[in-house]
Parts: sequence; structure tokens; C-alpha cells
Amino acid sequence: MLDKIILAILVSAIAFFSVYITTPFLIKGLEKRNLTVKDYNRVGGAMVPRPGGPSILVGILTSEFTLYVFFPTAEILAILITTSLAFVVGLIDDRKVLGGWFKPVALAISAIPIILLGTYTPHLSFPLFGTVKIPELYVALVIFMIPVTGNTINSIDVLNGVASGFMTIASFALTISLFIIHNYDIALASLPLGFVSLAFYKYHKFPSKIFPGDSGALTLGAMYGVLAIVGHVEIIAAVALLPAVINSFLFLSSVKRIIEHRQIKSNPVTHTDDFKLMATTNKDAPITLVRLILAGGPMTEKQVGLVIFRLSIFSAVLAIVTAFMMGVKI
Amino acid sequence: MKEIFLFVFVMWILIIVGGGLLISIIAPLTISGYGKFDSILDSEIKALIAIILVIAWIFILSKIKNWIFHKQIKN
Repeated sequence: MLDKIILAILVSAIAFFSVYITTPFLIKGLEKRNLTVKDYNRVGGAMVPRPGGPSILVGILTSEFTLYVFFPTAEILAILITTSLAFVVGLIDDRKVLGGWFKPVALAISAIPIILLGTYTPHLSFPLFGTVKIPELYVALVIFMIPVTGNTINSIDVLNGVASGFMTIASFALTISLFIIHNYDIALASLPLGFVSLAFYKYHKFPSKIFPGDSGALTLGAMYGVLAIVGHVEIIAAVALLPAVINSFLFLSSVKRIIEHRQIKSNPVTHTDDFKLMATTNKDAPITLVRLILAGGPMTEKQVGLVIFRLSIFSAVLAIVTAFMMGVKI
Repeated sequence: MKEIFLFVFVMWILIIVGGGLLISIIAPLTISGYGKFDSILDSEIKALIAIILVIAWIFILSKIKNWIFHKQIKN
């Protein structure tokens, strides 16, 4: 047990410090190459470097490779390959304007290593009621899950610090849940996700010094999805992700099709004279979590971010309660 | 704002109830009397019921979403 505790500290430190150290260099490099985008929610519209995905990937790869040296398991290999493929998908999307279909299809292909390596258990575990075997359906679920988690995190990346902050809370909830259900090996493998997100949040929080971009958001989301599958905690992972799921649900139920954010003609959020965020009155604009929060009245970007974090903590608590309920049978 | 927290809580309850229905009612269902088509029919009926459950889940959430949105705007 002691060796695993030492390894947990080691991979957490590697994950955190590799992102903490490499991100400032990435920021400088992106600024030098003029790879910046306008932050529309900031007074004056500051130019912010993007994407931060490379430093996020460095953190994940270094820590997971270290873990793989000590525990060479197929599960860690699946995490490494699928997360890297999702990063490539995101990087392509950061560089080129592609159709709304590209990301879901490419992310579905990224999930294939999980199946080829046989790192899944084809049944779903529900709290209180036990498990249900779905051999054929589960393969479809694996293919479906990576695009869903990837795009869900990508869709919540709308305000400074929200995606990385949200991912920090959700992934630590997942790690705690994995410990509760005694899945220590995957709990160890999940630690880098939380620490990478936390280190990136330092630069992504309001006012952002860097944006994760699609490469960053998809990398975080895909890794979360792989952990849910190989850790056999699909339902717990879905519960921890509920605020982002709500955001995707609100968006899809209002636009009624899969489209890219850049394809939206009317913005769901506008600004007041003092540059607070305000829900639009345009009926054609999609409904999002931020618009729902702002329906009560204008708020600053930081305030909206804090509401989303409060929702994330609430979902994280529900996820941990769900993990405890896994051990209880009616 | 508490309505959004309620929304998250209702989603959580729906996940647990949906799982309960899936395991205790739908999973034990067996189809017999159709020979070699038994297993195919069995899987298809279970998949159909699961899809209906998901549609019902989305319908309930849509109603809650509309209720929250209207309540927030009224306030």
C-alpha cells in the first residue's frame, strides 16, 4: 500500500508541475507566433493565446508514462492512446474550421483502442440495484462515450477558467469515488487528470492568460471518458459531469441538431453597459447553462464562473454519494 | 438559482430510478416461443424499452428546463 501512496504523490506532482512549468513557455510561444484569439467578455477585448492543449497533454503523458513504468497495464495504455488521439482531433479543430460532424466521428474513432485493448467490462453498475450485462450494447456505449465527454467539456469552455476548474472538481470527485469502490489502480491513474486541470486553471482562471482550445478541452474530456470506462464508474462519472451535461442538453434541445459553436448566429449572452454578462432576449439564440444562470439578472464573468463551480461541487457530492450507494443493494 | 440545483438533483434521481427500472424490470424480461429468434427479439424489445425510457427522461427534463427558464425570467 505504501508504494502506491508514494507513487500517487509522485504522479500527482509530475502532472501538476509539468503543466505549471510548461504553460508559461507555451503562452510566450503562442504570443510570438500570433496564435491568439479575442476574449469578447473582457473590456477592450484582450487577445489571449490559444490553444493550451499541448501543455495539458505534456502533463498527462509524463505522469501516465511514469505510472506505466511501475504498473504496465492495458488500462493505462488505453488512457494514453485515446487521450493522445483526442488531443490530435482537437488540435486539427483548433487549426482548421471543420464541419460539426468531424469532432464526434473523429472522437468515436479515438475510442477504438479501448475496445482493441479489451479494457472494458461489458456491464453497467447502478447504485442500489446492481449491474446489468449488455455485451453488444456496451461496445456501442464505449464508442459513444468519448465523443460525449469530449464535446461536453468543450461545450462548457465558454468563460475564463470554467472548463479547467470544472474538470478539476469533477475529476477529483471521480478519483474519490474510485477509492470508495476500491478500484485503487484506476484511482491512481485518474489523479493526473485532476492535477493537470488544477495546474492549468492557474493560467486559465479569470482573467485568462491562455485558453485551452479544442485540443485542451477534448483532451481533458476524453481522458475523463476513458477513466469512466476502464474504471467501471460510468454512472458515477455521468453524475459528476451533470452541470456540463445540462449545458449540452439545453443547447441541443434548443438548436435541435449537432452544430459547431462558431455556427451559432445569435449569441445566447450579451453585455450590459458596465460589461456584465446578460442573457439575450433573442428568441432564436440557443439556451445554455450560462444563459439559464443569467436569466435571473446580469452578472460578472467571475460570478457566473463561481455559480458553475458551486453546481460542480454539488454534482461532485452527488457522485461521491452515488459511489457509496454502489455498495448498498435493495 | 436554487432551481438549477434542483434540476441537477432531479437528473440524479432520474438516473437512479432509470437504473432501477432497467435492472429490476427490463433486464429480467425473457422472450420465448420464437425459436432461434428468441434472443434477437429479446434484445430488440429491451433496447426499445430503454430508448422509450431515454425519451421519457428527455421529455421530463425539457419540462423542468422550461419551468426553470420561465420562473427565472419572471423573477
